[in-house]
Amino acid sequence: MDYTLLFVQMLNGLQLGLLLFLVASGLTLVFGILDFVNLAHGSIYMLGAFICASLTFVLGNFLWAVLVALPLTGLVGYAVELLMARRLYDKDHLDHVLGTYGLVLVLDTLAHIIWGPAGITVPLPAWLDGQVELFEGAVIPVFRLLIIATGLAVAGGLFWLVNYTRLGMLIRAGASNRTMVSALGINIQTLFALVFALGAMLAGLAGMLISPITGASIGMGGQIIITAFVVIIIGGIGSMKGAFIAAVIIGLIDTLGRSFLDKLFMLFMNENAAETAAPAVSAMMIYILMAIILAVKPQGLFPPKVR
Amino acid sequence: MKNMTKTGWITLLGMAALAVLPPYFLLNGHAFYMDLATRLVILGIAAVSLNLLLGYGGLISFGHAAFIGLGAYAVGIPSYHATWGGFDLIASYNGMLHLVLAIGVSALFALITGAISLRTKGVYFLMITMAFGQMAFFLFQALDVYNGDDGLTIDVRSELPFVNLDSPMQLYGLSYVSLAVAMLLVKTIVNSRFGMVLQGAKDNNERMVTLGYNTYFYRLTAYVISGMMCGYAGFLLGNFTTFISPDMMHWTRSGELMFMVILGGSSTALGPILGSSVFILLEEVLSSFTIFWHLPFGLMLIGLVLFVRGGLMRLFKGRGE
Amino acid sequence: MKPLLEVKGLMKSFGGVRATDNVHLDLAKGEIHAIIGPNGAGKTTLISQLSGGLQPDAGTVLLNGADITNMPAYKRAKLGITRSFQITSLVMGMSVLDNVALAVQANDGHSYKFLKPARSICHIRDKAMENLAKVGLRKRADDLASALSHGEHRQMEIAIALASEAELMLLDEPMAGLGPKESALLVDFLKELKGQRTILLIEHDMDAVFALADRISVLVYGRIIATSLPDEIRNNDDVRHAYLGEE
Repeated sequence: MDYTLLFVQMLNGLQLGLLLFLVASGLTLVFGILDFVNLAHGSIYMLGAFICASLTFVLGNFLWAVLVALPLTGLVGYAVELLMARRLYDKDHLDHVLGTYGLVLVLDTLAHIIWGPAGITVPLPAWLDGQVELFEGAVIPVFRLLIIATGLAVAGGLFWLVNYTRLGMLIRAGASNRTMVSALGINIQTLFALVFALGAMLAGLAGMLISPITGASIGMGGQIIITAFVVIIIGGIGSMKGAFIAAVIIGLIDTLGRSFLDKLFMLFMNENAAETAAPAVSAMMIYILMAIILAVKPQGLFPPKVR
Repeated sequence: MKNMTKTGWITLLGMAALAVLPPYFLLNGHAFYMDLATRLVILGIAAVSLNLLLGYGGLISFGHAAFIGLGAYAVGIPSYHATWGGFDLIASYNGMLHLVLAIGVSALFALITGAISLRTKGVYFLMITMAFGQMAFFLFQALDVYNGDDGLTIDVRSELPFVNLDSPMQLYGLSYVSLAVAMLLVKTIVNSRFGMVLQGAKDNNERMVTLGYNTYFYRLTAYVISGMMCGYAGFLLGNFTTFISPDMMHWTRSGELMFMVILGGSSTALGPILGSSVFILLEEVLSSFTIFWHLPFGLMLIGLVLFVRGGLMRLFKGRGE
Repeated sequence: MKPLLEVKGLMKSFGGVRATDNVHLDLAKGEIHAIIGPNGAGKTTLISQLSGGLQPDAGTVLLNGADITNMPAYKRAKLGITRSFQITSLVMGMSVLDNVALAVQANDGHSYKFLKPARSICHIRDKAMENLAKVGLRKRADDLASALSHGEHRQMEIAIALASEAELMLLDEPMAGLGPKESALLVDFLKELKGQRTILLIEHDMDAVFALADRISVLVYGRIIATSLPDEIRNNDDVRHAYLGEE
């Protein structure tokens, strides 16, 4: 077993997990507080990537671009809340799903019109573009470390928010208890809009962070949204802690599966079969994990207290 | 015929039009309309199957496109191996084998994913079915043997007794009859004792459990039936398009199916057909204007959710119904 | 004679609150056993644990001597326990007759029958109609359940309980929201049932309780503070203090 490779891949898995957490945390926040299912969350992730990409070319620097793009994605979230989500809270979840599905089509097509079908690659400043050798043989791109650091910092910030602030108290108090929230004298409309914008910023940030690695592309939102769903299903919908743990588990399993499953399979089947089976199984692995966890705990690892 | 309702008449009229018009167009050299109608009828079957769950069972399955894909690959994979060798067990052009595979694999997939997802309800159920649907998508994307993302061309269609699927007319005939049978089947199931339990559980699950019904298994049964029907639609679709790819299973395809059922008005017989007609017409009309047809389509969808309730079928319903 | 239902040491807490606190209870065959107590005493919680809607934290529930404590609700229903709901719980989108027919159908073998139209099966429809007639709803059979008044919904609940042919009926405030006339009708009706079915009756209407009950248990803060004959309960000082509100 190549332990250096294992270590590197675990870091990669952690990085993927933290990105997933950024997306899933917004989703679980919006669902937990607003009781709103937002399929278009992935599209905001995509917009984050595209906006950041364009700004990188305008401003000439990736980091400046992120700083400007963040409030912009927050604004997109705010606009979505104002123009659409707000009118749907009282309706069925099915209406949420259909409406935001329509929004996915709209946003994806708009991105297509504005940025073209091919997608954009995002250049990094030189000092971020390098690699560091953590120890003998363990070479890691600096940027991935930055993603990990950012992800951990945001996770820390969210934990502070959830555990030590009034907003967090409302979140923990149990999801969509609107009567209680209004009893506390809080302007619900503003609170909801803020939560929505915050969720959008988190998803947007994830998109910005991934853009130098994979580029910004049209389909990226539709891919990540399902994985984010899997994360919050496993974690327990509405639970921030659950989202974090599930995201990291999924990041690790997905990454390690893709890199080591073929070798594992070769232990008990021939090379040809292993090379066919491994990618297929690793593509399904997080869903299989989800199935197993749900079979044992239908409400996920950390189910919301009262629903 | 006195007790025919207004919607009943409209259903009959619609089905009569579907029986007569497309063949007429084909015979007059407008093959394009025949293609359109075939697609409509096949997607109609899928929508009818989804409606059993959504309209009558209250189960919002967002992964139904997976069944279409499974059904289509049940044609594509055996046919591929029959042409290029390998996988002797299923390598064949035999349509009956394809059918058994399409329906069998769909049933199995429905049984396993349904058993897990039906332990939950509401949004959880929706997201889990969506995730399982996407699992199928990623599975076929990862199967390089069948060209992964790029998809598979079906060189030889399923060989069935009595029907030659290479003939557009016969393929349409089979699809049309299948649709009629599917509609009748769902109608029969809905009115049966089983259907009463299913609908009762949609409305008030607690009450049904208190009466002694294990609603979980009733729902699972409905899920499997629906999956099998949808897999059959996939079998037809594979034979119709002769090109299949994981994209057929993408969650946005499931979204389109859902759109058809809900637009048409769930829990009515003709609703799903109406919905799929509108969808296909929209797709054709809008995409003839612009390649960005998803933009107006998406906006329409949003408008629909914001401003219309109950679906299009409501517009056709008389006040008394 | 062995009791039909035996409850031993039943416990259920929500958070820190004990909703059911060491409840012992037994129901003889054919008796009407009323449970009275102030709001929030845990009456509905108790019924839910008997019907299988809620799992107790501790204790046992025996039906005819067999342990059913951990049995899911649908199986208990099959063994002959039915309940009505304090807040009306019907299939609102179906007709009145369909609602009752579903109860009949539940006792008519399994329902994995896909072909024959359910509404054309005479013996089910007839029996459902019979039970509707008993509660005086024959004329409303074809109306949507949602179109009926609150009082009629309560009658439907009873018709459904009857149609399910359950040996043990758990009735959760069947008189709630009924006018005096309707209440009186329902009391008469339940009197007729006396001896045929075993009934656990939760009710606030004391006239109804004293008119119907063979025995009465008083539930206060999850505890049963007394179980006795109606007259004794009426004269029991503890009960008067705790519940009847007399000084």
